[in-house]
Amino acid sequence: MSFIRRSVGSVFLKELVIGMSLTLRYLFRPKVTINYPYEKGPLSPRFRGEHALRRYPNGEERCIACKLCEAICPAQAITIEAEPREDGSRRTTRYDIDMVKCIYCGFCQEACPVDAIVEGPNFEFATESREELMYDKDKLLSNGDRWETELGQRIAADAPYR
Amino acid sequence: MVDFWFNYIWPVAWIVIKIVAIVIPVMLSVAYLTLAERKIIGGMQLRKGPNIVGPFGLLQPIADGLKLFLKETIIPSGASRGVFILAPCVTFVLALVAWSVIPFGDGMVLADINVGILFLFAISSLGVYGILMAGWASNSMYAFLGALRSAAQMVSYELAMGFIIITVLMCVGSLNLTDIVMAQKGEYGMLNWFGVLMFPMAVIFFISTLAETNRHPFDMPEAEAELVAGYNVEYSAMAFALFFLGEYANMILMSGMTSVLFLGGWLPPVDIAPFNMIPGPIWFAAKIAFCLFIFIWVRATFPRYRYDQLMRLGWKVFLPLSLAAVVIVASVLVAFDLAPQV
Repeated sequence: MSFIRRSVGSVFLKELVIGMSLTLRYLFRPKVTINYPYEKGPLSPRFRGEHALRRYPNGEERCIACKLCEAICPAQAITIEAEPREDGSRRTTRYDIDMVKCIYCGFCQEACPVDAIVEGPNFEFATESREELMYDKDKLLSNGDRWETELGQRIAADAPYR
Repeated sequence: MVDFWFNYIWPVAWIVIKIVAIVIPVMLSVAYLTLAERKIIGGMQLRKGPNIVGPFGLLQPIADGLKLFLKETIIPSGASRGVFILAPCVTFVLALVAWSVIPFGDGMVLADINVGILFLFAISSLGVYGILMAGWASNSMYAFLGALRSAAQMVSYELAMGFIIITVLMCVGSLNLTDIVMAQKGEYGMLNWFGVLMFPMAVIFFISTLAETNRHPFDMPEAEAELVAGYNVEYSAMAFALFFLGEYANMILMSGMTSVLFLGGWLPPVDIAPFNMIPGPIWFAAKIAFCLFIFIWVRATFPRYRYDQLMRLGWKVFLPLSLAAVVIVASVLVAFDLAPQV
């Protein structure tokens, strides 16, 4: 009996018709496309994008040159040099991230005791040359100034889970 | 001088005008077929398809064409130059030549020859030469394998197509495409179309045209997973564009052939007032568009056949079925004395 049913089905192309009716129904479903440069998908507060060095509200940079991020970085993308500043506080004189080496694991922001180095929500920092992706301290601090509002909100939103 | 003008120059000019009037709409529909394909497949995969260039992406084909036109044509150093250049031209020209016998309306045909369907069939079979030449001249194993597959596939499915065409011809009693359409005219409108009277044959014919035009699910010649892109791997820029145009013009041609043979050409589906007011070419275009939609719909739905499955379907299923169709149709025509009197 099942043999007959199978044969009849294959003669009348039953499975092909089922498949084609399915795709036809999908044609009229609402589309899931996001028009990327104009529309963007939601980002989690934990999204790990471009790095930034943050400052305190009074303008003092947070980084105390403990070098934990440099130590934990699995790609060894971070290079830090530090010496005491005139007022005696310990500060970095050099803070470089090689964004080409970086694997965006987020260990640096996990390791940071003062929330200085963070990975922000920005993922649109493509450049036309490799050199532009060798970030130095100025670039990272300016990123921090530029994204501070978002960075603060993200840290606040994620705080209950940490 | 006046004589010369009316006897020689004007007729030639008139033919050229008619050719242009056919070729330009065909090229335009090829361009927009690519857009329609991307839109429809996108829709079936819950995407939007191109929508940035122009309103609803309507200028996308022009942008694509311009891009291909401005790129560099690369000829591989190992290639056989002459044949390499000739191959896309052959594919493209053959795809256009066949339009000369397609009737767009009552009497609206460039060459109303008596062997129209034979001519069409011959031209579509010649298409395999363009692909074989491309595969051989490229001097690349992928292109060569793609071309071999394509040749085998087109030859296999032409048999089934030929037999199905014979069943239609037996009902019509003429090889002229206009006669084939007129034979489907009757008081019952679309019930008189061969696609309704001989539905199984129409289905077999349509599936064979899929194989004949190397379309999904029979696109073995350009199986990108195993052959990179098949016979046109080595082609770039305008040479590639010619292949592309040829393939799509062939699709439209095969849809036109299906419309003429099975969907009543330019005839309206119902022969009553609002429907038969619409001019024939528009009905014909609508039927072609319907067939093309199925082409694309099939592409969006089915995975690619394996090579041996493809051959099995062609030789062990379609060939016996179409042969049986010839016998059955002939028997019915004789038994009920329905055969057309010539």
